[in-house]
Amino acid sequence: MNLSIRKVQSGAVLFNVLLFSFSLTLVFTLVANLLPQVEGEAPVEVEIDLSAMTMDGFVSLGESIFSGKGTCTLCHNNMGRAPDILQLNMVATSTERMADERYKGAAASVEDYMRESMLDPSLYVVKGFGQKGSNDTVSPMPTANKAPILLTDVEMDAVIAFMQAKDGNDVTVALPEGLPEKSAEEQAGASAVAAVQGPAETAEEALGKFTCTACHAVAGSESMVGPELNAVGNRLDKDKIRESILNPEAVIAEGFDAGMMPADFAKKMTISELDMVTEYLLNQKGGQ
Amino acid sequence: MNSDILNKNKIRVILSLLFALMLAGMISVSVSNEVYAASEITSIEDRIRSVDTGGLSADQFKVEPKSVGFPPFAAPKLKAKDYSKIMGVSSRSIVWVVAQMHLFFAAFVLAVPLFVLVIEWIGAKSGDERYDDMAHECMKISMTAFSITAIFGGLLAFALFILYPQFMGYMMNVFNTQVLVYALLFFAESFFLYLYYYSWYAYRWGNKKWVHLTLGLMLNVVGTTILLLANAWVTFMMAPTGVDDAGAVTGGIWEIMRGPLWNPINLHRFIANIAFGGAVIGAYAAYKFLSATDLKARAHYDWMGYTANFIAILAFLPLPFAGYWLMAEIYAYSQQMGITAMGGILAWLFIVQAVLIGTILLAGNYYLWSGMSRTKGSERYTWMIKYIAMVLVTCFLIWVTPHTLILSASEMKLLGGSHHHLLGPLGIMPAKNIAVNLMLIFTFLSFQLYRRSDKEITVGWAGFGNALMVSIYVVAIVNVIFAGVYYGYFTNTVYKVGSSVAQVVSTLVVIIAGVVIDTYMFKGAKKLPSEWGKVSNRAQYALFALPVAFTWLMALMGYVRSSVRTNWHVYTVMKDNSPDNYIPAIGFAGNMMTIVTVLFLIFVLFIFWVASLSDTKQPKPDFLTGDK
Repeated sequence: MNLSIRKVQSGAVLFNVLLFSFSLTLVFTLVANLLPQVEGEAPVEVEIDLSAMTMDGFVSLGESIFSGKGTCTLCHNNMGRAPDILQLNMVATSTERMADERYKGAAASVEDYMRESMLDPSLYVVKGFGQKGSNDTVSPMPTANKAPILLTDVEMDAVIAFMQAKDGNDVTVALPEGLPEKSAEEQAGASAVAAVQGPAETAEEALGKFTCTACHAVAGSESMVGPELNAVGNRLDKDKIRESILNPEAVIAEGFDAGMMPADFAKKMTISELDMVTEYLLNQKGGQ
Repeated sequence: MNSDILNKNKIRVILSLLFALMLAGMISVSVSNEVYAASEITSIEDRIRSVDTGGLSADQFKVEPKSVGFPPFAAPKLKAKDYSKIMGVSSRSIVWVVAQMHLFFAAFVLAVPLFVLVIEWIGAKSGDERYDDMAHECMKISMTAFSITAIFGGLLAFALFILYPQFMGYMMNVFNTQVLVYALLFFAESFFLYLYYYSWYAYRWGNKKWVHLTLGLMLNVVGTTILLLANAWVTFMMAPTGVDDAGAVTGGIWEIMRGPLWNPINLHRFIANIAFGGAVIGAYAAYKFLSATDLKARAHYDWMGYTANFIAILAFLPLPFAGYWLMAEIYAYSQQMGITAMGGILAWLFIVQAVLIGTILLAGNYYLWSGMSRTKGSERYTWMIKYIAMVLVTCFLIWVTPHTLILSASEMKLLGGSHHHLLGPLGIMPAKNIAVNLMLIFTFLSFQLYRRSDKEITVGWAGFGNALMVSIYVVAIVNVIFAGVYYGYFTNTVYKVGSSVAQVVSTLVVIIAGVVIDTYMFKGAKKLPSEWGKVSNRAQYALFALPVAFTWLMALMGYVRSSVRTNWHVYTVMKDNSPDNYIPAIGFAGNMMTIVTVLFLIFVLFIFWVASLSDTKQPKPDFLTGDK
């Protein structure tokens, strides 16, 4: 009799314990699923045709490397981790730095200085951004042509072109000829991946390629620069979405200024990319 | 009794087979690498050419093979097609589940003998047999867990060799004979484990007890060495040393093992394992308490649950500081890696971490407050509980406050910006550092009050001692808040980071001073009557909340630690070009963590059930006794 009572009680205890433990686990799962869902994509290997490259294309390539494969924006942003070089006129800043007595490099031009700063970042360390305990003599920045970044010479040139062009300065970097050269790491046997982007194969890839997520909250992004797009499917139909992409000035969302969104997607996007992005946005109906 | 021995023998046979299997697997891979090298490659130059070097000659590797005793072997460069897949299932998900299960159980079985040895020693010194009984009971649970650890270890080895053969081949080549030492240590671990457990009652008293304690010490020496060796693999993958840029070995095994993250991980895992082991034992005691039908058993398991909780929380308190050291070393090794973990794509999951640690601290505190009902002496302190609870809840809410939220344009317009005026200041690290440190200080206060509940201090300097303790609390709390507010909001980033050290020191001073002062104040203290077993059933569920949150937390932090390598098997040396080389979103990762946590809980409950089974004796049936 005692045994049977004990068995019943043990069963109830087991059930309660399981119920309690699983419920608690589900709370944690719920919290994890409520947070913004962002995946960290590895760089995609895409061949680029350098023979057809224009200077505008080369600057765009530099911009995409800056925020993509180069992972420059991880530190060079407005969070104070490294100088916010997107906000600085880097041509003027480079000239000032070369004249600074703390500069240890041998660059004779802004272009050389920029290249030098990627290959040997410790030649000039901005005050307050040096490695801890180094008295601003050692930079925490990784060497751009070594692992884990592995930029090629052409890719570094593209970044320099972007740095020069973004503030309206003349681009002094020569357009590359032929195939990209190999980085030091590639030559040493490690694999390198070009993060340069060709036609996108998925809508998510296209959103990344055209940096939509840099301004819009969509596909895991939480950017507030442009209108939020996580529920755009509830507000706009297919035609309106296409129109917003191809002619963004046609209708300006309330609370946002005109002239913010690039107006040249009609020239840049392939038809299939436009279709994929439109379809994707049409299906964004959650969160509101 | 016979069936008990039979079962144990079966377990031993299975274990031996598994270890033999694992060892054979490791040796065969190691040997196969050598055979491959010997048959296909005849010189160092050929070896280097055997991996795609981009057409460079051996000279350009600048490796001095003679200086290290074995030839260099660059990390292989893999393509997506080089990775195996079983029935279309993600290889990473398979390894994720199996590795995590192995790590949970390994953490448990390595931690339990550590505190069991201390408990046994306390029992031997004090003559209180409860300690000895509890230590033995903990080992009984650990024995079943040991078998399960070995099973998952074997499965993990197979999964890795089948799904990531080139990666494992490279790692075996880098670690070379260390792998054999690692495998042989399992035999030593089994030897001391069985000897320690089965000789418990044979070597119980007098000098024999010291022999038994020495066996326990040896068990822990071997166990901790296994932990350190396994950690070397993990830290090599995160921050490789002893290899050149192409992954070819240039240093000795000591250089390979002694990477910049090895000691921080060693310390972090060592402490975390103890906290985790204590929490699981606490859950066992709670399970037995809830199932107990007599007061004696309830009293025993109440005491056991309290002691296990004490171990878990005591080990947990310094854990954030070990974590802080680890992150500081990660930043020093690679700022990029540090930012990926703390400020990049993985930053959001620190909100989940806050929820988990908050759960642990709230559950731990709740258990202590409930436990104060065991003694009437606690009435002196119960008025403080509501204030402690208020501080804990407030700090918890600050800790889980995100810096940014996804808002619609209209919501942004209403707020007048993308940041809510409260989220701005409360969502950043200075606010969270204040919250965390205050939660730790107030948790220690709960613990101190609990310890004082059943004592009446009699030393002459009690008034001075109490005043000193209160002063230390006040100064530490003021310092934590001042350092956080002043340096966090009114100076630049450099001081912001530095101020957290001052906060951590303040918290540590409270904990250390509290333990020291109480130790001296409790000398000759009058013991007030307390009734073990006189605690609510509800309090026991706090003991279940701890291991559930701990398990989920371990899975979460393992995901962060592994993800900071981004798309590299071995950071900067061997790229991960598999289809799974991206960092999964936190929602998917959370689902995986829940799967492994639930699996672990089911196995743990099985272990509890098995342990209970060994205490159960079937009464002889009536037809055998001759009764009608």
